Amino acid sequence: MQLALFTIFGLLAVVAAINMLAQKHPINSALSLVVVMMSLAVLYFSLGAEFLAAAQVVVYSGAVMVLFVFVIMLLNAGEEEQTEGSRVAAIAGFPGAAAVLCLLTFLFLREKKNLGYVHAGAALSGVISNITEISHQLFTSLLLPFEVTSILVLVAILGAVVLARKEL
Amino acid sequence: MVPVSYYLILAAILFTIGMASFLVKRNVISVFMSIELMLNAVNLTFVAFSHMWHQVSGQIFVFFVMVVAAAEAAVGLAIIIALFRARQTLSIDQVDLMKN
Repeated sequence: MQLALFTIFGLLAVVAAINMLAQKHPINSALSLVVVMMSLAVLYFSLGAEFLAAAQVVVYSGAVMVLFVFVIMLLNAGEEEQTEGSRVAAIAGFPGAAAVLCLLTFLFLREKKNLGYVHAGAALSGVISNITEISHQLFTSLLLPFEVTSILVLVAILGAVVLARKEL
Repeated sequence: MVPVSYYLILAAILFTIGMASFLVKRNVISVFMSIELMLNAVNLTFVAFSHMWHQVSGQIFVFFVMVVAAAEAAVGLAIIIALFRARQTLSIDQVDLMKN
């Protein structure tokens, strides 16, 4: 069951990511990215992170991607014109990326036994619920970082408003 | 039962696709979206390790990454709008103010 879930949504995520890479128009890329994020939310759920699955759907697919689509439509972005990229990227970038991928895959497969297996359902031992534990940590030992994020978001909103004004 | 390493490999694949997209794309918004894809891939490794160690700290890290990514998206898109107003283009080849 879990393997089927992982296979279906993992493949969906990879296919949508490749589609995002292949599409010329930014709006098609954005819609593919929404599919990637939704399938990642399902994978989070299968890993026992219910809160993050919900937050992924709400924050990423809901807020961030809507913002992206809004900006693409606001700026009336057309298809990107094909130009030559940087030469360093062409020569070193893709072989380097492929090498990193191969190395990571090799390492993870070699350490497969030590890394263990994913069991469906309860992930954390000795806690009532995942969300209870997260909120407990967030409001006791990590209260200061949590409050700092609120300042961060506030500053980001103000910065966005100032930057996007008509008369800059 | 799925090995944790499969989730890590999936995250590595997504990260590599995001990196390749970052290098290939010539549109500022597309480049920005590939950054989001890379952030998501890293989030998946955090959740997988959090599941593996039965610790909640990885999930809290993902929460903070999400908050920072949302803030970054707001500011970055505002910068893109300001850039488009000034230059009338979204191509990163024509935005080389800092070059030379």
